Amino acid sequence: MIDFKSTLRISINSLKVNKMRSALTSLGIIIGVSAVIIMLAVGNGASEKVRSNIESMGSNLLTVRSASAKSGGVSMGMGSKPTLTLKDADAIKKNARGLDAVASASTEGKQLTYGNQNWSTTVYGIEPEYLYIKNYEVELGRRFNREEVNSGGKVALLGSTVVKELFGDVNPIDKTIRVGNVPFKVVGVLKEKGSMGPMDQDDLIFIPILTAQKKVFGTDFPGTVSMIVAKCEDENTVTMAVNDIDEILTSRHKIGKNQDKDFEIRNSAEFQEKIKSTAATFSILLFSIASVSLLVGGIGIMNIMLVSVTERTKEIGIRMAIGARAQDIRMQFLIESLLLSIVGGLIGVVVGVIGAKSVQIFSTEMNISISLFSIFLSLGFSGMVGIIFGYYPARKASMLKPIDALRYE
Amino acid sequence: MPLIEVKNLIKTYKTGEESFNALDGVSLSIKKGEFVAIMGASGSGKSTLMNTLGTLDKPNSGSYNLDGVDVFSLSPDELSEIRNVKLGFVFQGFNLISRTSALDNVQMPMIYKGIPEEERIKLAREALKIVGLENRENHMPNEMSGGQQQRVAIARAIVNDAPLILADEPTGNLDTKTSIEIMEFFVSLNEKHGKTIVLVTHEPDIAQYCKRVVRFKDGKIISDEVKK
Repeated sequence: MIDFKSTLRISINSLKVNKMRSALTSLGIIIGVSAVIIMLAVGNGASEKVRSNIESMGSNLLTVRSASAKSGGVSMGMGSKPTLTLKDADAIKKNARGLDAVASASTEGKQLTYGNQNWSTTVYGIEPEYLYIKNYEVELGRRFNREEVNSGGKVALLGSTVVKELFGDVNPIDKTIRVGNVPFKVVGVLKEKGSMGPMDQDDLIFIPILTAQKKVFGTDFPGTVSMIVAKCEDENTVTMAVNDIDEILTSRHKIGKNQDKDFEIRNSAEFQEKIKSTAATFSILLFSIASVSLLVGGIGIMNIMLVSVTERTKEIGIRMAIGARAQDIRMQFLIESLLLSIVGGLIGVVVGVIGAKSVQIFSTEMNISISLFSIFLSLGFSGMVGIIFGYYPARKASMLKPIDALRYE
Repeated sequence: MPLIEVKNLIKTYKTGEESFNALDGVSLSIKKGEFVAIMGASGSGKSTLMNTLGTLDKPNSGSYNLDGVDVFSLSPDELSEIRNVKLGFVFQGFNLISRTSALDNVQMPMIYKGIPEEERIKLAREALKIVGLENRENHMPNEMSGGQQQRVAIARAIVNDAPLILADEPTGNLDTKTSIEIMEFFVSLNEKHGKTIVLVTHEPDIAQYCKRVVRFKDGKIISDEVKK
């Protein structure tokens, strides 16, 4: 049996003889492997970003909103007719099982002013638990407490975007701003959460809900809230909590069996699952596109190996005449194609990592994550391509008849 | 016991409707240490006989016994082994592997025999020394003259210590002076190293170096004379 080292040497020598051709053949694999690595890095990066955004939203959340009002069969959009009240929230707090915290909130767009600066943003009138439920943390100053909410205190918590626009570098704590025409004292600044898609989660202001209802918002439906948010104890109590809230609100709103409900309960887990699966689909799509280029590279190897077998028919004949067996010839050509794909794969890894890093440099918005898994995956894949697409030409070479191969000109 | 014993070889080629016998009942026996020239015009069947003796081709019928082995009953892998250790080929067109150094070319049969690299290089250098090319081991075939290339081919044929050398028109591509050198070399291989040599040629000048001349015509042996 011929030893591996010698076969390897023979294969390397024949690849060296056609340097340009070998390099071009490997180029297909280089492009394929680097494409896989870059695509996976982009895909993984996007998934990771989505995941961290989802975590920043808070988990196991339920959001109750007024259902869309129908006017002559035309849906007016969600929350168009507010039906939820603070009392609904209290009832849920008291009676629904499996809940960790409940808070109601009302929102409205308003203009804020401080000195000669102004900024339009969304004003959230909230109960203090809202911050806990939605994972908002205070970076500077403090939260407002239950007493300030109940007594209609004029205190405010600002999101970082609002701080930047209104105050610039000035410390906003204890400064007085106007929400609409009402003066509020800034007691705290929220920690930055980043944006969620096009939605800036830091462009907002929190004030106590009773103050908002009485002094700031001019609502047509006094006492109503835009939404009630609730955090479940854990993921196992979600279903029970949803059922309890549904029952409580159905009976409080006196909704009959065949009537449409005037509220809607949304489960954050469903939404999060949707986003996660979208991100996963995105990754798979990118990977498939990259795989196609690897496949094309493999076909390139097969093409060149077939040419090489034909071109070297005489050499194969000589080798057979001096004692090479079919398996020796097969091994030689198989190792040649494997070398092309593995060397191409290794260069592709380098090119891919550099490529992914430069994507990161040129587009700081994008999150890039190169995983060791993607490197091994693409290397393994390219090796497989080399064997699969090299086998047929190698077999073809080994099945030549010595006399025909030797006579070939 | 003869080294080579073929009996009633028949090889038929078909071209369209017609068919002709390249070998038409050839029987031949060659003993160890003989130096045989096979002569004949082109198409006389001498090359077909060489390919058969070299186990590269198989006739339609007949038997071939090489060194006590029934060649036609062997598997392709066993035939490879026979070619590797029992036969050494020397071709008209040299048939060296291009862009591969003389030393690597000579090593080739030993690679397929499975000899370790260190020993391989040592034996290849010895073989190159026998053919007088010890200082050309790193030359590529295209950097050598025809005579030198043929000597590398001879070194390759003898490196596995095969008892039988099959030479198919070995001087066909060489000038007269070089042909004489190569033929004298075959003579010394036969006399000093005891190799059995079967050589195909159509030139009487070349055949005169051999001890026995077998003449072919139309697939048949027409004369077989041993010189004194």
